[in-house]
Amino acid sequence: MEIATRTIGELHELLESKAVSATELAQGFLTRIEAVDPEIKAFITVTKETALEQAKAVDEKQARGEKLGALEGIPMALKDNLCTEGIRTTCSSKILDNFIPPYNATVTDKLKEAGAVLLGKLNMDEFAMGSSTENSGFFPTRNPWDLERVPGGSSGGSVAAVASDQAVFTLGSDTGGSIRQPAAFCGVVGLKPTYGLVSRYGLVAYASSLDQIGPVTKTVADNAWVLNAIAGHDAKDSTSVSLTTPDYTQFLSEDIRGLRIGVPQEYFGQGMDPQVEAVLQEAIRTYEGLGAIVEQCSLPHTEYAMPAYYLIATAEASSNLARYDGVRYGHRTESPEDILSMFCKTRAEGFGSEVKRRIMLGTYALSAGYYDAYYLKAQKVRTLIVRDFDQAFEKYDVLLSPTTPTTAFRIGEKSADPLTMYLSDVCTVPINLAGIPAMSIPAGFVDGLPVGMQLMGKHFAEGTLYKAAYAFEKNTPFHKVKPSLSQGGAR
Amino acid sequence: MKISREEIEHVAMLARLELTEEELITNTEQLNSILDYAAMLEKLNTDDIKPTAHAVPLHNVLREDQVQPSMNREKVLGNAPQAEGGFFKVPRIV
Repeated sequence: MEIATRTIGELHELLESKAVSATELAQGFLTRIEAVDPEIKAFITVTKETALEQAKAVDEKQARGEKLGALEGIPMALKDNLCTEGIRTTCSSKILDNFIPPYNATVTDKLKEAGAVLLGKLNMDEFAMGSSTENSGFFPTRNPWDLERVPGGSSGGSVAAVASDQAVFTLGSDTGGSIRQPAAFCGVVGLKPTYGLVSRYGLVAYASSLDQIGPVTKTVADNAWVLNAIAGHDAKDSTSVSLTTPDYTQFLSEDIRGLRIGVPQEYFGQGMDPQVEAVLQEAIRTYEGLGAIVEQCSLPHTEYAMPAYYLIATAEASSNLARYDGVRYGHRTESPEDILSMFCKTRAEGFGSEVKRRIMLGTYALSAGYYDAYYLKAQKVRTLIVRDFDQAFEKYDVLLSPTTPTTAFRIGEKSADPLTMYLSDVCTVPINLAGIPAMSIPAGFVDGLPVGMQLMGKHFAEGTLYKAAYAFEKNTPFHKVKPSLSQGGAR
Repeated sequence: MKISREEIEHVAMLARLELTEEELITNTEQLNSILDYAAMLEKLNTDDIKPTAHAVPLHNVLREDQVQPSMNREKVLGNAPQAEGGFFKVPRIV
């Protein structure tokens, strides 16, 4: 039986009807990883024993006649910046090469409680800093649609694994687009939830006022199932918001008549590929056909989001990454002369060039004499970005834009110039500054490569996003198209 | 405003990063180019704008001070490059 392409809902039915066991599912995906991952390179660690143990527990539960939850027995994988007790967690950095967390991230615990089966840990740009997964301290991940292209980043492994059917779903993290941009490049569904909806406890910190964990899935419905499992207040994360979360699957409805959609002009500007724009225009017509009210609108401070983001994110990163000093965990330089040289050499050896660059920029932006000009200025501009969104959401339920200005670029194409690389996130960074939820869903293809559409909503309006996304998905074929892999094997 | 090579060396020390000669040169170039780009923020008048630190504001997140189980000491120290007698060990400081 073909299982690898199936959705959470389909696999749940197969498990419930005993057409397949959780152990068979886990085995099937482990076999597929062995066949496919040598060319995709999404996984850093495959947790075969854990997966088979967890699957066995699900089978035993079912043998006792108990009902299975939505995610029970479903094979999944986690970005390697999410802590897993007893399982190596590297952040794709040499400095954490040998780190074995003594605890689970809250999302790891929640998925474990939900009975999901952990297949392994996924490649990423080192410390989530990057847009292509080329900054991994170990190896680059490849785009399943074209192995010469990047999968996007920083959650490149999380997204490539789902796109190549090596996991039913994965979790990624998104600081400036790190779930949505790769989801667009690989043609899958990726959500960055509202800041504070999902606990960040056990997520290795990059920029704490921007980071959020979110699901990467094959369909919109699957995404809602996973969010159900991971959302909610957590006393261990003081930025986690105390509110009762709804059942997100209740929003999956095709009826979007009267839904007010705004299309911000500024997101169709600089560096936009005209063919990508054409795909988005067609998507807008689809929404109009479904009875939504679509209008152009403006978020006037959009062009300032990118520079403000890079100052804020790097400042927070320089502070967060001060903890890698060779004392408590991770790499330490061999035979240091004194404590200062231990710090400086350990960090020089352990961090890659993009991480060093961002630590340098952030340290500079926070240093005496420059704080007001850079960090404080960026935080004030952040207020203007927040206001733009507040004003737009007085009129619209959802804002619609491309997720990225182009389709996936070639490996090596943008690695020489950091600024060019940064600009591939031009449509995604404003969302993190405003803390609102946004998702990328498949909207079409240009020259055989996926195009992503970004839907943005008000704080905690994930349900509205799911509704808008579900209606589009039900009326378009794009999420059903799969990349052809040379080692594709049996799915 | 251009950052000089000396400033880059100073920032590297603040960040506790030992940079090679080549890294000092590329970081000087690249930081200058990123900061030139960031200079566009100066075009905006933000005199009367309050800064935003978190987009979803939360205030005074407090809890009762109660004793909870701690992490397993062996597992925690197991990650340390050097540990001895239940402590992290570092090179001689004084």
